[in-house]
Amino acid sequence: MFPTPIQKASPAARIGYQVLLPVALMIWLIPLIGVAVTSLRPASDLAAGNYFGIPSGLAFENYAAVFRDSPIGWYILNSFKVTVPTVIGAVALSCLTGFALAVYGFRANLWVFFAFVAGNFIPFQILMVPVRDMTLRAGMYDTTLGLVLFHIAFQTGFCTLFMRNFIKGLPFALIESARVEGVSEWRIFRHIVLPLMRPAIAALSVLVFTFVWNDYFWATVLVQGQHAMPVTAGLYSLNGQWVAAWHLVSAGSIVAALPPVLMFFLMQRHFIAGLTLGATKG
Amino acid sequence: MSDTARSAGFWKRNQLKIAPWAFLAPGAIMFLLYVLIPIVQSVWISFHDWDGLGDKVWIGLGNYVELLDDDTFYVALKNNLIWLALYLLAIPMGLATALFLNQTVWGIRLYKSLFFFPFVISQVVVGLMFTWFYAPDFGLFSQLIKWLTGTEIAVLADERFVTLGIIVAGLWPQTAYCMILYLTGLNNLNPEQIEAARMDNARGWRLLWHVILPQLAPATFIAMVVTVIGALRSFDLVSIMTAGGPYGSSQVLSYFMYEQALSEYGYRMGYGAAIAVVLFLIMMVFITLFIVRMIAQERNR
Repeated sequence: MFPTPIQKASPAARIGYQVLLPVALMIWLIPLIGVAVTSLRPASDLAAGNYFGIPSGLAFENYAAVFRDSPIGWYILNSFKVTVPTVIGAVALSCLTGFALAVYGFRANLWVFFAFVAGNFIPFQILMVPVRDMTLRAGMYDTTLGLVLFHIAFQTGFCTLFMRNFIKGLPFALIESARVEGVSEWRIFRHIVLPLMRPAIAALSVLVFTFVWNDYFWATVLVQGQHAMPVTAGLYSLNGQWVAAWHLVSAGSIVAALPPVLMFFLMQRHFIAGLTLGATKG
Repeated sequence: MSDTARSAGFWKRNQLKIAPWAFLAPGAIMFLLYVLIPIVQSVWISFHDWDGLGDKVWIGLGNYVELLDDDTFYVALKNNLIWLALYLLAIPMGLATALFLNQTVWGIRLYKSLFFFPFVISQVVVGLMFTWFYAPDFGLFSQLIKWLTGTEIAVLADERFVTLGIIVAGLWPQTAYCMILYLTGLNNLNPEQIEAARMDNARGWRLLWHVILPQLAPATFIAMVVTVIGALRSFDLVSIMTAGGPYGSSQVLSYFMYEQALSEYGYRMGYGAAIAVVLFLIMMVFITLFIVRMIAQERNR
């Protein structure tokens, strides 16, 4: 283990470490703590210049006000309408593509694979004009469906990389023996490989949920009106309306950040397994 | 009857050749339609003058020539380089944080999760948090600066510091990302090699440099990839925190492109596409390097 376990160090160092941990964490999370505290600070505190002191009370009223006086509840619903179908679509498509690229040794295999990988790294701006134009002409501009279709297509790149590497790690003998017995390729996929892919599906679902929930660029490019706007773009426009009403901006930010945060804490193991794919072996 | 029998026979014989393409088709078609073809279309559009509605007018390299005379373009290019250079700090910072947290004491799992927290939050929220953090008069950071130096600096309104201020906001989640990559790497170290090195009296920095870092190479590679791509993709924070201002001093190519293509003074899709192509070419240099390395790894399997 590296660094040397603290248990082998002197008692003073051990205590020092235990004290340093929460202090370092506090410093690291200062922006977050600041916003969380501000979101519960009564507006009167801000007016009186009490920005950092102990709040004069806990104003859960700020959260009520955000939901009552702004369409943030609607924005959040839109975000779910974009995120959930995207997760299902991208994961489903990449189970298929990942299987194709992991199991069959056809000639173009590596080329197709690296097209997916490379597509994943390109700047969004190179897609912006044609994708916006295509979405407009298909009558899907300013709809959640337009966003969903784009996100499914784009996330399929990353998901394929992930699924393909995951299936490569499964024992190939399983597939070969099924073939010898004459099981069709589809049934091999459906009944032998797919049940083994559960951990990969879980990891990808959490990751794609977070990526798509947090997307801001496409939310501004493919949506204009309030009725289809996801919460990231919605929060930005609310920020313009709530000039200097930092207690509201803070409460809105916390609300917008919450779903992926919950997702992360509930599915932490899967989340990290997905994110660190490839960090241990080539 | 004989027809179906023959087609079944055909299927049986060729199943292994057709199956991969059948499995690939749905995902590949979507990817082609929304990612690969639009890249080509963007290049094509960049040779035109186009407002997004009317006819495209072919102007050849006109957009690129105009770009060479555009001061904002150079500001954006320079800022992209600054982003790239400073964003790489996330890698050593992430490694340092990972080394700090790689202990087994009570509650360490929760500490690791909380340190990772910034990465889970949307960049829009990160941007708003840091805007608040930097705000003159009441921002925590400006208060700190005032207390330390006696003068107040409005980071996001000051041409000298604005890009730096945004990059610091970006480093916050990026460091968390690199940290988690290294924590996973540290978890999978080869204990025998480390013990052997310790027997040979390798300690601290020397052990880290000669034994640990080589074993962490895969994590470092992934951290490099995501950090370089993240730096060049930076859009959300610039849009949220400054919209490229003040006076265009915090522009980056990604935001400059967006602003030109969908500007309130009229849509300039061709010009925007040309900026996107430049950004794409810059990124292609890195993407090619990454892919070449990945292909080499695939061959070694």
